[in-house]
Amino acid sequence: MAKMNLLQAINNALILAMTENEKVMVFGEDVGHFGGVFRATSNLQEKFGRARCFNTPLTEQGIIGFANGLASQGSVPVAEIQFGDYIFPAFDQIVNETAKWRYRSGGQFSCGTLTIRTPYGGGIAGGHYHSQSPEAYFAHTPGLKIVMPRNPYQAKGLLLASIRDDNPVLFMEPKRLYRASVGEVPEEDYELPLGKADLVRQGNDISLLAWGAQIEVMEKAADMAEKDGISCEIIDLRSILPWDVDAVCQSVVKTGRLLISHEAPLTGGFASEVAATIQERCFLNLESPIARVCGLDTPYPLAHEKEYMPDHLKVYEAIKRTVNY
Amino acid sequence: MKDRNHLSDVGFTHQVRIIDKGLVDIPMLQILQPDGTPHKDAELPELDKDAVVKIYRTMRFTRVLDERMVAAQRQGRISFYLASTGEEAASVASAAALEPQDMIMSQYREQGALAYRGYSTEAFMNQMFSNEKEPNKGRQMPIHYGAKELNFMTISSPLGTQIPQASGYAYGQKMAGESAVTICYFGEGAASEGDFHAGLNMAAVLHCPAIFFCRNNGYAISTPAEEQFAGDGIASRGLGYGIKTIRVDGNDAFAVYAATKQAREIALAENCPILIEAMSYRLAAHSTSDDPTGYRSKDEEARWQAKDPIVRLGNWLKAKGWLDEEQDNKDVEKMRQEVLEELKRVEKVPICRIDEIIEDVYDTPPWHLQEQLEALKQHISKYPDAYPKTSGRL
Repeated sequence: MAKMNLLQAINNALILAMTENEKVMVFGEDVGHFGGVFRATSNLQEKFGRARCFNTPLTEQGIIGFANGLASQGSVPVAEIQFGDYIFPAFDQIVNETAKWRYRSGGQFSCGTLTIRTPYGGGIAGGHYHSQSPEAYFAHTPGLKIVMPRNPYQAKGLLLASIRDDNPVLFMEPKRLYRASVGEVPEEDYELPLGKADLVRQGNDISLLAWGAQIEVMEKAADMAEKDGISCEIIDLRSILPWDVDAVCQSVVKTGRLLISHEAPLTGGFASEVAATIQERCFLNLESPIARVCGLDTPYPLAHEKEYMPDHLKVYEAIKRTVNY
Repeated sequence: MKDRNHLSDVGFTHQVRIIDKGLVDIPMLQILQPDGTPHKDAELPELDKDAVVKIYRTMRFTRVLDERMVAAQRQGRISFYLASTGEEAASVASAAALEPQDMIMSQYREQGALAYRGYSTEAFMNQMFSNEKEPNKGRQMPIHYGAKELNFMTISSPLGTQIPQASGYAYGQKMAGESAVTICYFGEGAASEGDFHAGLNMAAVLHCPAIFFCRNNGYAISTPAEEQFAGDGIASRGLGYGIKTIRVDGNDAFAVYAATKQAREIALAENCPILIEAMSYRLAAHSTSDDPTGYRSKDEEARWQAKDPIVRLGNWLKAKGWLDEEQDNKDVEKMRQEVLEELKRVEKVPICRIDEIIEDVYDTPPWHLQEQLEALKQHISKYPDAYPKTSGRL
């Protein structure tokens, strides 16, 4: 065990993956000698050489197009998009190419070895283009897996699993927690399963579902509710696609109430998908409408960041409303 | 080309001299004249009789296939087709200059390259009829071929996406120590996509052994080239990216072959990309969903029919004594028969079982796909007559 922050855990996972398999290559904007604008790829070029860890020209569609070709050839690309906000130029390559590669070729070719790492989320005064949480755009894309860790332990275990998984994975890192989240991380190799949720806290009165940086907010809100005598169960979804429906159902059957929260805007956000599915499956168990506490349906604002965010107070209020329904 | 970046010494000038076009002249390599006679000062590529005849026959086969399948689409037997008439030399002769281990990434009008690699008539038919024997399992539109065993990457409709992919594929080949390159075909319209810019720049900066082969056939559906770009075609852009570039007569199989052959050697030896712009003309309609009479003249088409790449190479072969006209006509008739027979046979092959609808989305179908398939199967079994292609084999 070692104390690591989220960035160090990611860097550690990349070193393990590159050591284990010479086909693993890490590239993107500024990831080379400089080690990335967040330093997630520090020392990789020194350790593994320029051919395996390199800067690309500044072109997101190029980075993912290149990664698609590399993956289909049999290499194991780990491509970085500097901010999730800048993934949209690569949307066509990801949605039309990466995700459909295996299906459209009848399994002859695939991009299964590809992992796309990108920082996401707000809370860092990033304004419109350094704060977005674009997971729902991609959740609408069959063929992709989407993974979002909440702490260093998860980041390492899920990233290793993502790199080794034989499906393209979009790995979204909560940049607000890059240095803020510190924890004990095993130094040896380990994996955490994709597609499986994590039960963060047991409770009886309401299920709280979130992922990534939002789990911290849920814990704060649950602590407040606890003082009012409300027992909250917290589930970290971890994988957005495919998502762990059984874990959520099991919890909702027990508590009878569900609150889902994410930073991304409400309309068309992934909470809609979860809410609709749980409503279908747990209709007879639900004792109140499913609550969604999300970002506003606005572009991510700068000066009103605090007001925009689905913070612990908004979650706490929604917990009370739902429990007292 | 000088190696320059903003830190290197840049030459001075003391007059305002805005660079205009025309300073760089990119001529077109032509070895055979349109009548099939070689230019006096041109060097013929080193190809023996069998090799030239194979190129010629593959071009003829491609034309036969195109004619037959356009007719089949008109008859409603297949849903869509896209002919390469007039551009057979570009795809066939470039493929002939490659090695079997080289990856081909194409746009969709390069069936000649696939035919050259040995894709069978049956395989072409299976794909176009979307049946259960088709390697793509009937999931893509006709002409979206793919053949792993022939190193021919499965085609997709979005234009230009294969260009940066080819850079990545070539980089992987280099890293794996393979003696192989990737050739990437695209039209002059696709070269307007951002992926063209991304792919060429990345290939140059990251030293990828890729050949970018542009078929400049004058039109992107109805859009003429003068509405596509204002510069000196596509070739002039290669120089801006620091990419070695050549323009060839795309209707001259020898010019295409010679340029591609040398491009491959340089790409491998120097680990660098090469851009080839092949000038040609799309004698075909864009696709079976298009009627070119609305946007171009019969005169223009006639001018280009006179430059037919098959006739040109055929004339050279005849002059050389390597081709007998009577035998050639018999051979073509045989090809027509074969295509028609395969068509009739293959159109009866059933489509894949319904279970295939959820396979290959992921390596294994996750829970939600399994649930959706189960629900679908139950629905089909309730209304079997509404889903005749799959209900008999649930």
